[in-house]
Amino acid sequence: MARKDRMAKPAKMLLNVPAIQADFPILKRTVRDKRLVYLDSAATSQKPKQVIEATSDYYSRYNANVHRAIYELGEESTREYEGAREKVADFIHAKAASEIAFTKSTTESINVIAYGYGLKGKIQKGDEILGTVMEHHSNHVPWHFVKDHKGAVLKYVDVADDGTLKMEQYDDLLTRHTKIVTVTLCSNVLGTINPVKEIAKRAHEVGALCVVDAAQAAPHMPVDVQSLDADFLAFSGHKMLGPTGIGVLYGKAELLEETEPLLGGGEMIREVHLGWAKWNDVPYKFEGGTPNIAGAIGLGVAVDYLTKLGMDAVRAHEMEVTQYALEKFDRLKGVTTYGPKDVKRRAGVVSFTIEGAHPHDIASILDVEGICIRSGHHCAQPLMERFDLPATARASFYIYNDLDDVDALIAGIKRVQEVFA
Amino acid sequence: MADLRELYQDTILDHSKKPRNFREIPGATAKAVGHNPLCGDRVTVYLRLDAGNIADIAFIGQGCAISKASASLMTDAVKGKSKSEATRLFERFRKMVTGRPGDPIDASLGKLAVLSGVCEFPVRVKCASLPWHTLEAALEAKQETVSLE
Repeated sequence: MARKDRMAKPAKMLLNVPAIQADFPILKRTVRDKRLVYLDSAATSQKPKQVIEATSDYYSRYNANVHRAIYELGEESTREYEGAREKVADFIHAKAASEIAFTKSTTESINVIAYGYGLKGKIQKGDEILGTVMEHHSNHVPWHFVKDHKGAVLKYVDVADDGTLKMEQYDDLLTRHTKIVTVTLCSNVLGTINPVKEIAKRAHEVGALCVVDAAQAAPHMPVDVQSLDADFLAFSGHKMLGPTGIGVLYGKAELLEETEPLLGGGEMIREVHLGWAKWNDVPYKFEGGTPNIAGAIGLGVAVDYLTKLGMDAVRAHEMEVTQYALEKFDRLKGVTTYGPKDVKRRAGVVSFTIEGAHPHDIASILDVEGICIRSGHHCAQPLMERFDLPATARASFYIYNDLDDVDALIAGIKRVQEVFA
Repeated sequence: MADLRELYQDTILDHSKKPRNFREIPGATAKAVGHNPLCGDRVTVYLRLDAGNIADIAFIGQGCAISKASASLMTDAVKGKSKSEATRLFERFRKMVTGRPGDPIDASLGKLAVLSGVCEFPVRVKCASLPWHTLEAALEAKQETVSLE
């Protein structure tokens, strides 16, 4: 690495990255005898010891089912579980904790909306559901069900070459037949941050609801459901320092009331008789079965961790790392990056291709260097088809990544180019 | 860098950049399509069978260096062989790429041995095997797309 390049780095990062790195036990390990450079947080983030300890603490000190045990342990577990709900509600500025239901994932959350509000609820034959070409499969497939079972019509807003949504096309597709607009706040491939506040406003003008996939946004930038005026919003714990298997469904109170549950069983009922049952209140009616208690508690602690750093600082840090990365990428010959060039319009997700090297080979060669990136279609096949790409490589950044990690990535890419020269 | 070179040997890079038998066979007696949805690899294998022997074999498609080189080496290896010889070769090939590093390599694999390094990268085994699974499907005259997930 040329000394000139090193000196070009900003003197001070916005987050104390070395202190943050010290909180993540996994970052101390090596991969194939190399320092672990983890650049796949868009797939799943690493976990700080605070989160790991909180889940372990639950199992070792107060493991008991929630909302039913009539003893101290159960009171503690219920208090912590409900406390996590409060933290999540504050984190996304919901009006009340009752607007937060715990699910297992973003995918489950969107399925609850598509099934409970769409398929079993309000959507009739001929109603239109408007998505976008850049959605993750989890915001495509649940709506296919609504089309198949209810005869809903699915329409999609296209993506321009610069990776942004074609907003004028959105206006054309939005009609009085549109009942639901469903859009990602941040693309997991292009990094594009969509103007969801404006999208929701226009949807509301024709009487449609706005469903927001915040899986890539909630971990990386401030999200305010009231400011966005999102009707439903979904995200996952594991991409924001939390455990796997815990997700969040936010819905406006009156809409959650109108949404039917996806899972029937324990926990979600008020009373059960032979042949019929009355459901529990919102949000419990969406939490059939024993919930992921440790996961929810761990997510609560992850929210604490991020809140302490400050989501504005998290976002600013990632903008700085992404800016640095994009400048470095720009100087590489034979390498193409996708998505908006302006870091104000994008998150720390950089998809790229290298001339003459398949993304799978890129990932394998970087793996030998201890660098973890994603390669493939990123569960966004319609978007890949739009750009006529079979696959891309993708590096994604988080709070524990610094400019050294970017340098390691760039050096790794040069190594790939040497192999395939 | 030792293990990187094991995966990307010169022969592999050569076959991936200049794949042999990289063409369609007009009027092929059998063909099959293989697809690895994880990485988007797609390969079509064409066969011209003559009295149970592989008189000609070719492929087209897109994919990573490993899958392309594997397809190229495979076409060279099975051309002129009988169906059952090709199937047995696949069995030995599969054993090699799913084996342990340092296992003795069956001498009858010949040039295919350059892909032995794949066994150190289990996620790449599917890349190396895709052309062979596709050949197997073509030999069995299966019509559907072979999908490795």
